[in-house]
Amino acid sequence: MSAIRTVGTVAVSVFRESVRDKVLYNLVAFAVLLMAASYLIGQLTAGQDIKIIKDLGLAAIATFGLMIAVFIGIGLVWKEVERRSIYSLLSKPLSRAEFILGKYCGLGLTLVVNVVVMVVAWYIVLAYMATTVPPEVRAAWPAPATDLGMLRAVGLILVELMLVTAIALFFSTFSSPFLSAGLTLGLWVIGHFNADLKNFEAVVDSRAAAWFAHGLYYVLPNFSAFDIKQQVVYAQAVPASYLATTALYGAVYIALLLAASVAVFSRRDFK
Amino acid sequence: MPVVLVMLMASAIGLQALRERGGELPTGADSLLYVRSPGAVQRLALSYKSILADVYWIRAVQLYGDTKLGRTADRSYSRLYPLLELATTLDPYFDVAYQFGALFLAEAPPGGPGRPDLAIALLQRGLEAQPDDWQLYQAIGFVHYWSTQDYAAAADWFGRASRLPGAPTWMGPLAAVTLAEGGNRKASRLLWRQIQESAADDWFRAEADRRLKQLDAMDQIDLLQRVVATFSEEQGRPPAGWPDLARAGYVRGAVVDPTGLPYRLEGSTVSLDPTSRLLPLPREGGRP
Repeated sequence: MSAIRTVGTVAVSVFRESVRDKVLYNLVAFAVLLMAASYLIGQLTAGQDIKIIKDLGLAAIATFGLMIAVFIGIGLVWKEVERRSIYSLLSKPLSRAEFILGKYCGLGLTLVVNVVVMVVAWYIVLAYMATTVPPEVRAAWPAPATDLGMLRAVGLILVELMLVTAIALFFSTFSSPFLSAGLTLGLWVIGHFNADLKNFEAVVDSRAAAWFAHGLYYVLPNFSAFDIKQQVVYAQAVPASYLATTALYGAVYIALLLAASVAVFSRRDFK
Repeated sequence: MPVVLVMLMASAIGLQALRERGGELPTGADSLLYVRSPGAVQRLALSYKSILADVYWIRAVQLYGDTKLGRTADRSYSRLYPLLELATTLDPYFDVAYQFGALFLAEAPPGGPGRPDLAIALLQRGLEAQPDDWQLYQAIGFVHYWSTQDYAAAADWFGRASRLPGAPTWMGPLAAVTLAEGGNRKASRLLWRQIQESAADDWFRAEADRRLKQLDAMDQIDLLQRVVATFSEEQGRPPAGWPDLARAGYVRGAVVDPTGLPYRLEGSTVSLDPTSRLLPLPREGGRP
């Protein structure tokens, strides 16, 4: 119980620090982007304003979240070491595992608050735009402008961001911020090419290379699985079993990375 | 410090104005299509396929509009199909890109590239992703009807659309009318009126409205042409202009097209004003 409280204390301090660092300012940028886009889109394209705002909102939530997860995640441990505050922290009744988990939960909380506020702003813009469209046009849409089914995509984006945070935190336990950012973003990009790794035998003759690529497909995080934006925008069916297994896959991968982060950080010598 | 900042800002604004006075650089870069391969774009888009499809769609709309209005050096619309292909590869369910894109591609020059073959190819791509979408079948029939004037093919596609779930009840009769009376203005008017009433988009409704006005203008031109012929026959000379016809009692009031622009009368020929948004008028006839 006290371990949970300790993790919670660290998490809250990370959240407060991110507020002090003006991380939440990105919400203003998000709101401005959506409002400007909702005005401009109507001038730029023949119809499809709502579809484009839906796409833009989901893409912006994912991108803003990714930037926060990567660029704050890589500094979570490194900053404490660089400022030498790690010595005073570890001299307190705080285990290294609690420190790592607290840092992770703190950034997770920051991401959740960000995503929730962005989603609320996004739905408000969509609701407003829907009022500007005649009822007969609204009737032809595959789904209402404020379709709550889109939250399924937001949920998987959040799981994806938590996974990216875990990767950034893992790299942050043993390398510099610059390298951690490169490695995290690199893994995120590769994670979107997973389907190609699975079908590598279609492009190479070497059986060994194909097996190696197949192995990578299972070992590397599959980020493309978290992307159901297109399906929700068109209100297409996404089975609950798909959502559950993908979320569980993310959770297991996060647990793996956090365990690895704790293991690496526990062995580090700060003397 | 504030003085320095103000001076630097003023200098930047001044230099901007100075550079603008030197004229614009040639805009060759605008004609670039950065990635041509739909497969490559699909991979490079990562998890941003939908938003990138929107970007390509907006580029296609802008290209079509700019070329139609003569704002581009290249008047061939050569990048229109590649842009639409990229947009629909990234988002295979992008209905509007198929339907509007086909309309853009099939439009006769100078209002469009006059490529009904590409319009049909684009819509066929849509059918691969959505084989039960009656609107795509209707759109293919529409291209056959309006652009290639192959009324038998048009009736066939309207008939196929009518058998799909969700198709409106008028689709079956439309197929029959097209087969029986394809090419005449009555059938065309029926087609456009149905589109005008069922359009899920303001742009489509406005386009249907424009097409109906074109048909009205064609009827009016035929009527005016007969009036001019009667005048010439009875007076032994062609009219000097509309006032000449009005003085003789052949026409009354302003002789204007459905958009309010006056018709032109040159010799014995009646035509639309060259600035009319109803131009070019559709060709009539075609394959029975």
